[in-house]
Amino acid sequence: MALLDYFLRKKEKQVTTASRAKERLQIIVAHERNSRNKQPDYLPQLTEDILVVLRKYIQVSDESFSIKLDNKDGDLNVLELNIELHDEQSSS
Amino acid sequence: MARIIVVTSGKGGVGKTTSSAAIGLGLALKGHKVVLIDFDIGLRNLDLIMGCERRVVYDFVNVINGEATLNQALIKDKRVSSLSILPASQTRDKDALNKENVGKVLEDLGKLYDFIICDSPAGIEAGAMMALYYADEAIITTNPEVSSVRDSDRIIGMLASRSRRAELGLEPIKEHLLLTRYSPKRVAEGEMLSVEDVEDILSIPLLGVIPESQAVLKASNAGEPVILDTESDAGQAYQDVIDRLLGETIDFRFLVVEKKGIFSRMFGG
Repeated sequence: MALLDYFLRKKEKQVTTASRAKERLQIIVAHERNSRNKQPDYLPQLTEDILVVLRKYIQVSDESFSIKLDNKDGDLNVLELNIELHDEQSSS
Repeated sequence: MARIIVVTSGKGGVGKTTSSAAIGLGLALKGHKVVLIDFDIGLRNLDLIMGCERRVVYDFVNVINGEATLNQALIKDKRVSSLSILPASQTRDKDALNKENVGKVLEDLGKLYDFIICDSPAGIEAGAMMALYYADEAIITTNPEVSSVRDSDRIIGMLASRSRRAELGLEPIKEHLLLTRYSPKRVAEGEMLSVEDVEDILSIPLLGVIPESQAVLKASNAGEPVILDTESDAGQAYQDVIDRLLGETIDFRFLVVEKKGIFSRMFGG
């Protein structure tokens, strides 16, 4: 039996520490990448609301409008709005 | 236009300065005009690895403060005349560097050199951010080990968000993975992350694999960058890195355990 055990044990694939390292890294790196790129939940609704207000006064197409929340130097958050105005609108 | 290349990693002690020295010297040996800048303000070491520590008179911060001209601060390498070193200062004045004054120095150097190699400090503080800000390319030095890989991934995130190229919406920094202290034997035994594992996780193109080598310590002991040790595996691996940086396609070496031949087994090779 001992002999049989010996051969059987050799066959089963051992989980190496390197494969554990890879698995752990894949999880933590994916998690950290997500939180890096994550925009706050309120951003889509905020975008909609701002567009509604803007459109009361000016014509804004979806393409000429962008909104971005940036984290600068760790603790400073900057909300950046970019609105392109077309000539005929800026004169009125 | 000079190519500005930052050698970075996040984690300390993975081989940024060793790699900067080897790559800088290697490019200069190919006939290119190269300047190596030590961005590790307060903890300069590039001078020691390059073997010019006793010739430092003025440093990067002196130039920034207008206390010395670039010409006075640049140290010409004794081995290759087309290579210069701009040492970091040893005082702790980390706030001396800012985007404006570093940009000015890089602009001036860009007129004189083909390659500007920025040896970044470890960490993600101001010094490291300064070193990567103006980069066109980044060599992300990584050990096949969990903490180094994780930190490299963070630095890759910084390159994509905090660099000048990111801020201006230009073409992103070209990233290169440099895997150092690689031990094919331990990889074969399942004790170390393989090249493929690290590539999988970081998903940036591989520039080189430097095997764990005794030649590296010997090189820093002597102040002779390891690329000069053409007999050594590490020296040859860095030479391949140079050729790849210059656009050649070269097979990766030193990825598997070398089988000992009968002669080296008999005579101890």
